[in-house]
Amino acid sequence: MSEETTGAASAAAELRRRTQELLAAHPPLETGRLDFLKARFDAGLAWVHYPEGLGGLGAPRALQVVVDAELEAAGAPDNDPRRIGIGLGMAAPTVLRFGTEEQKQRFLRPLWVGEEVWCQLFSEPGAGSDLAALGTRAVREGDDWIVNGQKVWTSSAHLARWAILIARTDPDVPKHAGITYFICDMTDPGVEVRPLRQITGEAEFNEVFLTDVRIPDAHRLGETGDGWRVAQTTLMNERVSIGGMRIPREGGMIGPVSRTWRERPELRTHDLHQRLLKLWVEAEVARLSGERLRQQLVAGQPGHEGSGMKLAFARLNQEISGLEVELRGEEGLLYDDWTMRRPELVDFTGRDAGYRYLRSKGNSIEGGTSEVLLNIVAERVLGLPAEPRTDKDVAWKDLAR
Amino acid sequence: MTDLLYSEEEEALRAAVRDLLTDHCDAASVIARTESDAPHDLSLWKSLADGMGLAGLLVPEAQGGQGATHREVAVVLEELGRAVAPVPYLTSAVVATEALLACDAGDLLAELASGRKIGVLAVSLSVAPGGAYKAVRQENGTLHGELTGIADAAAADVLLVPGEDGGLYAVDAGAVTVVPQVSLDLTRPLARVVFDGAAGRRIGDAEPAVRRALRAGSGLLASEQLGVADWTLTETVRYLKERKQFNRPVGGFQALKHRLAQLWLEVVSLRAAARNAADALTTGDDTDVAVAVAQAYAASVAVHAAEEAVQLHGGIGMTWEHPAHLYLKRAKADSIAYGTAGAHREALAELVDLRAP
Repeated sequence: MSEETTGAASAAAELRRRTQELLAAHPPLETGRLDFLKARFDAGLAWVHYPEGLGGLGAPRALQVVVDAELEAAGAPDNDPRRIGIGLGMAAPTVLRFGTEEQKQRFLRPLWVGEEVWCQLFSEPGAGSDLAALGTRAVREGDDWIVNGQKVWTSSAHLARWAILIARTDPDVPKHAGITYFICDMTDPGVEVRPLRQITGEAEFNEVFLTDVRIPDAHRLGETGDGWRVAQTTLMNERVSIGGMRIPREGGMIGPVSRTWRERPELRTHDLHQRLLKLWVEAEVARLSGERLRQQLVAGQPGHEGSGMKLAFARLNQEISGLEVELRGEEGLLYDDWTMRRPELVDFTGRDAGYRYLRSKGNSIEGGTSEVLLNIVAERVLGLPAEPRTDKDVAWKDLAR
Repeated sequence: MTDLLYSEEEEALRAAVRDLLTDHCDAASVIARTESDAPHDLSLWKSLADGMGLAGLLVPEAQGGQGATHREVAVVLEELGRAVAPVPYLTSAVVATEALLACDAGDLLAELASGRKIGVLAVSLSVAPGGAYKAVRQENGTLHGELTGIADAAAADVLLVPGEDGGLYAVDAGAVTVVPQVSLDLTRPLARVVFDGAAGRRIGDAEPAVRRALRAGSGLLASEQLGVADWTLTETVRYLKERKQFNRPVGGFQALKHRLAQLWLEVVSLRAAARNAADALTTGDDTDVAVAVAQAYAASVAVHAAEEAVQLHGGIGMTWEHPAHLYLKRAKADSIAYGTAGAHREALAELVDLRAP
């Protein structure tokens, strides 16, 4: 064994020992869920790559699986990561990187245990792909900032205690330079959350109206005017968390349509057969590409493939679910339920084919449109020149809108 | 779990092969050779086979080979694809060698492994791993008939020929008439082989040998197709950064950037599929599915990449002088070689239980 693997092995053994200690001191079956999670956080076993005192031990991120496996085997509760995904995946890394000591101590523990849900106030009706053009204003008033504006596509806003927010603090400088990053209290009386109904009939997202919302300067993350750079950390972490999944064969959208094909021979036609096989191959290749990316990350040689994976999955989800609606023939003319609902979790492969078809239309828009991702691949991976731009050196207030 | 990456040794092998090809297989000489009397570059073959020992990668050391695996062979094929090298590597060091590994012909195997002899399986290049192939007639202990579409036959010292009795026969090239066919892919030319009472030595049963050979050939062809796609994408991107029209590099126009980004995504996807097939051939785990998936996917990527190279190079891409056409012809021929994507999808329908109506 090399020194490196010996080191990793002993670090893993140490984590196992600490996990067993936690389990002995707080037997999961006799401890309340929240109490157990708090104890786990305090033991540094929440996210082992975080610093000591903030839920971690400064250990390699790859060793988290060691802790998770021990805890799962012992039947310990988890923090229901899907419910608090924005907090875990986006808010926490940003607070860790740019927060003050007080901010880290105040926010990270309730975030991780799930006592406080977070949402993200970034996109606006007038600032989608061009996020840096955002117009929500924050004006300094004594020790506070007064915020006015409208945000959109905010999932979990109706459940959230806190939001990460970017707002314009200086309209007289070019757009990237006049943005500041805040933590916004969602219980402020100036915050109004309205469900935004989408083409599936339900409302996964919200519009958020901010009217004279008061944010103490102590809840600013990073320097005034440095919000764009801070936001890059948030958005980068969003992409990292997309890349880490391991999917079994037929694990994605291709699974339900393949099962339908096998169980319903009366629906089969030659045309659909050819198209299904083609998509099955593409889905399997996309799965292998994701697995290859995962192996690159584990080997410490991250590639650029992550930017491409979202493009591939968006297109495949749309084509596969579209095929499935067609395969169902007369049933494809029906829809399970148009009732306006507010789901807490979104399952892309849940519900019926019609829902999957409509929901997957969002896959090429949310988290970066496919068109913008293609630009990113072309410029950052292939090194092709950027389009000439007219917006970079102009004061925000003078931009076309 | 399948290892989809390249090991350090595999990267070193790649670098060595690429160095050799950079020095001895430039595009201009490949183009010049295509219309000469010697379409195969036998001096390059000697360097690869004899100098570097690459002809014997799939053969165990005890049988005169290098005892490597399909993973290393795949890396060699990526590089040969990037250079559209006119050498009989896939046909001799992979397909004929795999056929011999299924037979009892130790002497011949060692000769192929050392590169002293070039062997070719006398089955049309278009036949898929599960497809029907032609056998030759047998009269009075000799072989009679004609086979077409035999890739690299013109360079072969020995042909491995399916006989109508179900045997596989080793036949000296001197005992048959090899008539070159005008081929779409000038760098892997086909030939018609005429048997007029040729003597053959039965070395084993044809069926298992042909199936094994074509499965390995088609699985590893995906790596050659990856090389073709990788070179055409890289070269097209390089050219579009340099080429200026409308007072701008052409590669700065979004319409072209998006096409190249899409192509890049296809190429990285093919890399995963090709590595998966090479690894599955090495481990024997889930091999049929891995090979069929790679072949059902690879052709469209290589052809798309080569077609984009011709289009995005503009007028220069349409000239005989520019090498883009070599890649287009190789990519298109590869899309038929060892079975079309459609044939491999049909195989998958059975393998993964998605049956036809």
